[in-house]
Amino acid sequence: MTDFEKLEQEFKAWQAKVEKANEKYPERKKQFVTGSNAPVDRVYTPLDQKDFDYSSQLGLPGEFPYTRGVQPTMYRGRLWTMRQYAGFGTAEESNTRYKYLLEQGQTGLSVAFDLPTQIGYDSDHPLSEGEVGKVGVAIDSLADMEVLFDGIPLDKVSTSMTINAPAAVLLAMYVAVAEKQGVSAQALSGTIQNDILKEYIARGTYIFPPAPSMRLITNIFEYCSKQVPNWNTISISGYHIREAGATAVQEVAFTIADGIAYVEAAIKAGLDVDEFAPRLSFFFNAHNDLFEEVAKFRAARRVWAHIMRDRFGAKNPKSWMLRFHTQTGGSTLTAQQPDNNIIRVTLQALAAVLGGTQSLHTNSRDEALALPTEQAVRIALRTQQIIAYESGVAETVDPLAGSYYVESLTDRIETEVLQYIKRIDDLGGAVKAIEQGYIQQEIQDSAYAWQMDVENGERVIVGLNKFQVKENPPQGLLRVDPAVGERQKQKLAALKAGRDQKAVDSALASLRNAASSSDNLMPPILEAVRGYATLGEICSVLREEFGEYRPNVMF
Amino acid sequence: MERKIRVLVAKPGLDGHDRGAKVIARALRDAGMEVIYTGLRQTPEQIVSAAIQEDVDVVALSILSGAHNHLFPRVVELLKERGADDVLVFGGGVIPEEDIPFLKSKGIAEIFGPGTPTSKTIEFIRANVKRPLH
Amino acid sequence: MNELVRRCIEGDVRAAARLITLLENQDRDAYAALYRLKDHSGRAQIIGITGPPGAGKSTLVDKLITQFRARGLKVGVLAVDPSSPFSGGAILGDRLRMQGHATDPAVFIRSLATRGSLGGISKATHAAIRVLDAAGYDIVLVETVGVGQSEIDIVRVADTVVLVSVPGLGDDIQVIKAGIMEIGDIFVVNKADRDGADRVVRELRAMLEMQAQLRHGQTPLGGPDTLVARDPDFMHHTELVSELSHAGGEEPFIPPILKTVAETGAGVPELADTLIHHFERLLQTGELERKRRESIRYQLSRFVFDEITHLLSLPELSKVWDDLAQQVFSRTLDIYSAGMALFHSIPIQGATHEDPHA
Repeated sequence: MTDFEKLEQEFKAWQAKVEKANEKYPERKKQFVTGSNAPVDRVYTPLDQKDFDYSSQLGLPGEFPYTRGVQPTMYRGRLWTMRQYAGFGTAEESNTRYKYLLEQGQTGLSVAFDLPTQIGYDSDHPLSEGEVGKVGVAIDSLADMEVLFDGIPLDKVSTSMTINAPAAVLLAMYVAVAEKQGVSAQALSGTIQNDILKEYIARGTYIFPPAPSMRLITNIFEYCSKQVPNWNTISISGYHIREAGATAVQEVAFTIADGIAYVEAAIKAGLDVDEFAPRLSFFFNAHNDLFEEVAKFRAARRVWAHIMRDRFGAKNPKSWMLRFHTQTGGSTLTAQQPDNNIIRVTLQALAAVLGGTQSLHTNSRDEALALPTEQAVRIALRTQQIIAYESGVAETVDPLAGSYYVESLTDRIETEVLQYIKRIDDLGGAVKAIEQGYIQQEIQDSAYAWQMDVENGERVIVGLNKFQVKENPPQGLLRVDPAVGERQKQKLAALKAGRDQKAVDSALASLRNAASSSDNLMPPILEAVRGYATLGEICSVLREEFGEYRPNVMF
Repeated sequence: MERKIRVLVAKPGLDGHDRGAKVIARALRDAGMEVIYTGLRQTPEQIVSAAIQEDVDVVALSILSGAHNHLFPRVVELLKERGADDVLVFGGGVIPEEDIPFLKSKGIAEIFGPGTPTSKTIEFIRANVKRPLH
Repeated sequence: MNELVRRCIEGDVRAAARLITLLENQDRDAYAALYRLKDHSGRAQIIGITGPPGAGKSTLVDKLITQFRARGLKVGVLAVDPSSPFSGGAILGDRLRMQGHATDPAVFIRSLATRGSLGGISKATHAAIRVLDAAGYDIVLVETVGVGQSEIDIVRVADTVVLVSVPGLGDDIQVIKAGIMEIGDIFVVNKADRDGADRVVRELRAMLEMQAQLRHGQTPLGGPDTLVARDPDFMHHTELVSELSHAGGEEPFIPPILKTVAETGAGVPELADTLIHHFERLLQTGELERKRRESIRYQLSRFVFDEITHLLSLPELSKVWDDLAQQVFSRTLDIYSAGMALFHSIPIQGATHEDPHA
């Protein structure tokens, strides 16, 4: 009798015994499920891992397929980058917050832009009314960007910018600020989100239709591979897909499907896969189901490694590695009893670290109500520091490997992700699947099911549908000064009065020509930015040339 | 027979987070209402024109960008200007509690914060629709 | 009600919108209002836009609005979406694509739920068209549900029917198989920048030529499976179509096939011209009159049918129902004589319409 057969017999006997006891003392629920509604068994044993093959499924840290992590020593070498997303009001105010965060021990910057900036409108555009400086900093031109990074040496920090449709313009402004500081583009490090597909899917700050958007993205890949070699040219984001209601599997599947679309677009544009793929990075969410989340990160790495090596024939191991940033789940925070959010964020941050994240943003407890206050941001950062320095989880690599449960979860997620990717391939790829509304509809179905589970009480959210208390409205929330819009408008008017208008006009004309040709758009954008053409002016030229995206909404 | 309640679900402002708007649209449909969904980036003018042409009983506004104090009152104002003050207007999203009295004073009937069950919204609509249901 | 009608005729948007609501809710007073609208309607061109889901109908309507507006015309749109058979509710999302026109005072867009109708438009669509017509819209675009099957009701309300298809829906000529092709006056292959667009055009042309020959009593040369075999209602449709749209010329008439890319607007100006031209041709040939008479007969029969259905459900008939059913069950009566008895007990005076002349 093999060991498995012996165990199988023992397991059956045990199962029978437990079932019997169950009749008298039933378990808490008939069906146990993960945070993403996948079934969970009573116990996991080697029987769940009968075909387990260590080398092919896990490998050693820093080795293919990178299930255990992309670096051999992981956090023993260097801790993850603690990077808090921040920005609001004017460039001056945000600059102050960045300096505060750096003083507090944060190791990288993460810039939040306001919605007009993200959609390519200047602060004086009618649609910007009421939105200027609200969810991030307002940037109209290079002049604002100079203020934003005043006194912050750009060769010393790495900066992540959450910017998508107009990513090329903001990257150009960053390069131009560096020039003024005397820092060469070669020395810059950081990330632009630059992931338009998830904007169509979940986040909504798109401008142009898919084809010209994909062109802008591949233009950036090409430009940076030569001019800004240490820049992460895209952060392929599952974060917002998850926030929109996707399950863990859907988060990974749709993100990787987007990744495949970008790689295909770049190859089609004539780039060599190993030329740009090492600079691709990812951005995931972390929710409360600790083990499922850890398994999700591990499965994502394994899936991507195989896709890059086997499907795209990448040769450089750096092209195979899925490196990612994590943010804890904004949609899991409750407006009720907001202090409880600190504990949720702790669990989620722990999942990200156990899952081998390269950088991490922890949400602040008050973010279901407003932008975070300085004090709330500090607690969020301290949460990361306690995990890093006190919990001990960073002292060895991938400590949950070999857990029957975690490995089973990892395998299941991988299988289901591959099924989704197959389905999307059959639809003609991520762009087509988005245009047909398939991906959006899958996410909406999950979001609706979740909402109904919460309302039925099948899913308990502490403080929301169970353990409620009477509370007073929270005090001292951060409020953005409503005068920001006016101030920004005045700055813009002054800028336009003081700049060399002829130079701006000619730069915008060159940009228009480039847009209607097949030239790389980065050089003309950089030229326009240097001459203080505004973001809105640049995007307006591109809007005229490219048209605007109209979503396909299905229910 | 009770007539169909018609609801316009709109997202004023520039934020693209439509999870809540879509969930509420579905929930209202499943409660037997007819929901007109207008999508993202709607100006108050567009919302009000649509509300009038669609002759809705209710306008449901969802916003997460923080521009509610500016945009919500504008919708109510324009409805009034066009003689459509029999339309019930309420809002949802990330809206600080301290803003609610101001919004209510401007004619927004109710504000539903994060975590509000859809059933509560449905009850609210049934109880507060201004035009008779029979 | 009079006040509402007066304002509607003057072009008041709220009044038109409210009238449509009342008609949708089968408000008896509002039916009477139609009588007062009659002197002000009949001018507008009614255009039906139909085709399978994903064909881009709403985007096409959006771009057509732009085209008609550029020609100085006022445009009304009725966009029909399905009601949920479970809750009776609906999510009406077509408007989303047309919101760019929301604030144009010369454009009126209204979403209608099917409320149980299966023919691609709602019961109230016809009445809503009359309202927009009377309110002064030159063009009324009716976008059908677009479930792709048996959406033939549109032919009863529209002067011109545009059948939209699109390459790459898996089965390019699925519309044909559903037997709905016969209702198209103008064919559009949308998303024509995609692979396979020319193939769809070729297939459409082949089918239309064959159909034209069929109508002329000639035997088509080969061709795919016969239409008749595919669709039991086919003969009915052909009859209808040959009656409605065959002007009786010598040459078999082949409807125009146009390519568009609604997303970018390419081909839409030509489509708008073709639509206007089609209407002029209908007017010149007297075909419009024929069509509309036919449509009126249908509306009339439909109205009477609905009315009888309504009367049959009145409580005062429930005893008659029970008695007759019992008699058929106990074999005192057969189903036909019982049926006639039921028919004769319908209280015709139960049709309580307001006297429009009052």
